[in-house]
Amino acid sequence: MANNYETMTINMGPQHPSTHGVLQLVLELDGEIVRKATPHIGFLHRGVEKLAEHRTYHQVLPLTDRLDYLAPMHNNLGYVLAVEKLLGLSDEIPERAQVVRVMLAELTRLKSHLVWLACHALDIGAMTVFIYAFREREHIMNIYEKVSGARMTSNYFRVGGLSADLPAGLEQEIRTFVNDMPKHIATYEGLLTGNKIWQKRIQGVGVISGEDAIDLGVTGPSLRGSGVDWDLRRDQPYSGYENYDFEVVVEQGCDTWARYVARLKEMHESCKIIHQALDKLKPGPVLADAPKVVLPPKQDVVNSIEGLIHQFKIITEGFKPEVGEVYVGVENPKGEVGFYLVSDGSARPYRMKIRPASFINLQALPKMCEGSMIADVVAVIGTLDIVLGEIDR
Amino acid sequence: MSEQAAVDKLKAKFGDAVLDVIEFRAETTVVVKKEQIVSICSFLKGELGYNFLTDLCAVDYLGQAPRFMVVYQLYNIGTHTRLRIKTPVDEADACIDTVSGVWATANWLERECWDLMGIVFNNHPDPRRILLPEDWEGHPLRKDYPLQGPDREPYQGRLE
Repeated sequence: MANNYETMTINMGPQHPSTHGVLQLVLELDGEIVRKATPHIGFLHRGVEKLAEHRTYHQVLPLTDRLDYLAPMHNNLGYVLAVEKLLGLSDEIPERAQVVRVMLAELTRLKSHLVWLACHALDIGAMTVFIYAFREREHIMNIYEKVSGARMTSNYFRVGGLSADLPAGLEQEIRTFVNDMPKHIATYEGLLTGNKIWQKRIQGVGVISGEDAIDLGVTGPSLRGSGVDWDLRRDQPYSGYENYDFEVVVEQGCDTWARYVARLKEMHESCKIIHQALDKLKPGPVLADAPKVVLPPKQDVVNSIEGLIHQFKIITEGFKPEVGEVYVGVENPKGEVGFYLVSDGSARPYRMKIRPASFINLQALPKMCEGSMIADVVAVIGTLDIVLGEIDR
Repeated sequence: MSEQAAVDKLKAKFGDAVLDVIEFRAETTVVVKKEQIVSICSFLKGELGYNFLTDLCAVDYLGQAPRFMVVYQLYNIGTHTRLRIKTPVDEADACIDTVSGVWATANWLERECWDLMGIVFNNHPDPRRILLPEDWEGHPLRKDYPLQGPDREPYQGRLE
């Protein structure tokens, strides 16, 4: 095509309310049409992988909270699963710990999808949903706080199990919440699905075919919205996901609308899984019987010198997995988050590489918005559901 | 196709280029020569169904020769199997051909690998830094790069 238009280059971000953090996009515009979009990232780079090489395996765990801070439990889960695999401990995690992990992972999925829905709709101009979605998210935050003591950076899972058992009465609270959740999801759908403006803003926008999505490494609901039937929870089950009955939601539309529908349906599936987990929850230990790895019960630490020494040894020296390397990927709300750990036989990871779902999904953004209107860029950022903490690490 | 069958086919096709096969915790790692990395990756994608590049990174084994290992984590969406390809890269010649023509995912991952580990990817379509500023000096994930940065005294712990 003859280059008979003049383009204008503008910056979008890093201080822009709809870039979900510190994402900078350099857009080349021809009128309102985006000819080229170049993402610039790294504003939030904290060197997590470098830091991890200087900490014991236990001490790396809080760093993982701060990757995808909207779904901290999932990052914790991916990391502890990788360390457990490195230790050869995967089969010794007690049943109760497994069930609690799945339950909290799915609550986290709800929490993350609620933020996605709220912000996505807000960016496009549907303000009301934001208020409702954040109301429900607040409930999940309260559950988080009761479980781990923190509302966002949970740091709750441990290598070998959980840091503590669930507090009394929490199961009932989660049950009540999950019972109500489908009603709330229906409310969001009532506000959005039939809304003409919402439909016009996202139908046929940000189209990416299944083939292109695989080629670009897109994972999670963004991939399933393009008709690719792949979910690690079903295809490479971890933490006992194979024992749960749920459906992998696949939508054929390939556009922002398909991803919207897929995520809403996924929220219903999460509720189903949480119900099953609550039914499975039986009293029992929450830490594996592996004294060389797992911290002793607090009771022993304060009451006996052996317990104190035990705790001291693990905290100061850590544990030493044998030489080797493992990769574990888990199905985060945003896509596959993986941890590649290389051990040289010392108490610190020799190398930790995080496979960030948002980073790789963001790579598809230029493909999804080049040639469309500038207003659609906002929809595409929303539908990719990126978190800059995870992109920049 | 199981990992073992894939490894056998790889060996049959590339023979000498396959340096080692490692099994650890039920994960298969194949170490290959860097000269043939693009044709090996194309073969893995085209013939063996490893159509998804999950991750790409490098590991710095400072003090060993060759110093770097570039690691490719592959996934087969059809059979749901994983395979890891590793390839040694020498410090004196810290470069390797890009696989971004095989999987588009590799574009940003290789940029990150250059940025943080200093591996040059030949024929890369966009060889810029990605996370750090353009004028950054050094590659922080290398083992000889101090945690606190190059211009600062190492942290001595809390001094009273």
